[in-house]
Amino acid sequence: MSRKPLVREVPPTTWYFRHPRYLRYMSREVTSIFVGAYCVLLVVGLQSLSSGEAAWEDFLMALRSPASIAFQFLALIATVYHAATWFNATQKAMPLQIGEDFVAGNIISGAHYVAWAVLSVGVLIIAGVF
Amino acid sequence: MSNSLPRSQPPLAAPNGGAVASLGRPGGNNERLVQLEVLRYNPDTDTEAHFQHYEVMCQEEWVVLDALNKIKADIDPTLNYRWSCHMAVCGSCGMMINGEPKLSCHAFLRSYEGVIRVEPLTHFPVERDLVTAPDDFMEKLKRVKPYLIPKETKAVSEGEYKQTPAQLMKFRQYSMCINCMLCYAACPEYGLTPSFIGPAALTLAHRYNIDSRDGGRKERQEVVATHEGVWECTFVGACSEVCPAHVDPASALQQMKITSSIDWIVEHLIPGGKS
Ligand code: SF4
Ligand code: FES
Repeated sequence: MSRKPLVREVPPTTWYFRHPRYLRYMSREVTSIFVGAYCVLLVVGLQSLSSGEAAWEDFLMALRSPASIAFQFLALIATVYHAATWFNATQKAMPLQIGEDFVAGNIISGAHYVAWAVLSVGVLIIAGVF
Repeated sequence: MSNSLPRSQPPLAAPNGGAVASLGRPGGNNERLVQLEVLRYNPDTDTEAHFQHYEVMCQEEWVVLDALNKIKADIDPTLNYRWSCHMAVCGSCGMMINGEPKLSCHAFLRSYEGVIRVEPLTHFPVERDLVTAPDDFMEKLKRVKPYLIPKETKAVSEGEYKQTPAQLMKFRQYSMCINCMLCYAACPEYGLTPSFIGPAALTLAHRYNIDSRDGGRKERQEVVATHEGVWECTFVGACSEVCPAHVDPASALQQMKITSSIDWIVEHLIPGGKS
């Protein structure tokens, strides 16, 4: 008996609509666009800082525009979501075995959240917020 | 155990489509008419697959595989599917059930409402009806050398390769794979890039790599630390969500990415470093 297997193609551009978990994955990936865009914004800020006071003031003005504030708000949400997915993933990528047992996953992820909070407070202190 | 719960027997259909017998008891008080839509494909006559609708009386506690066996026994002996153990051990009864990769012997009818859609495992060529061709997976399994490559070979007279319970626990979870290929059906990367070695095979490579008795990691890295290997994985995580044996392939692959990156750093950035 000869074989004639049926090959079913995967739609190359719309595959992520096939299952909600793929959409969840894509939403995580999309947040990295905001993370990248915010990095570009920081570089532009540095560049204006190095071009003198007038350029720096213009940059600060631009940051206060409603469109800019809306972007920063979205970027903040996207970055928090992105970071949370990463911290939740650390327990899979970095399991910790003590003797025969493994440390509970939420302790590993939780330690990352704690480190994140501590570092964020440190940055805010250096920035003179407190 | 005597006096166990009254439990009607699911029908028996031989896995190879041989003799069949129905032991279902019509008129039992927890019967339910189950509707299934099953993807059919006959390589001798069809160029495309199509759905066929079945209605079959089932016991409430049955699984989808029991319903298929009842269909095969009483309604349509031409229906093809694989199964063997009926206890989530052999890994041969994987199917898409309402779009989700499942072991059909582990998919309880009571978890489903309405028409249950049953399709062959996605991402694999369909041989006939619900039977898929596992050739690609088999070939990939071989490539990762999923067996112990001892650090140093000992003569039998020198005794066994010993291991502490902690050393066993390090890889035990990754040795639980039943080769059901549900993770391949769930993995969109495998669907898009069929050359990807894929979750189960890579996880098995990891299982041996982290075994204290094994010294074969370097050989396996030639397959593992490549674009077809772990670097094709983008950590969708679907494999771990569908794995019936709680193997968690996603964790194994992320750990392999870390160790492969360390290899690369040692080799390229540390003077005199060799991986
Ligand atoms: S890793 Fe899990 S889902 Fe994948 S083949 Fe093994 S048992 Fe099946
Ligand atoms: S029949 Fe063996 S796993 Fe389902």
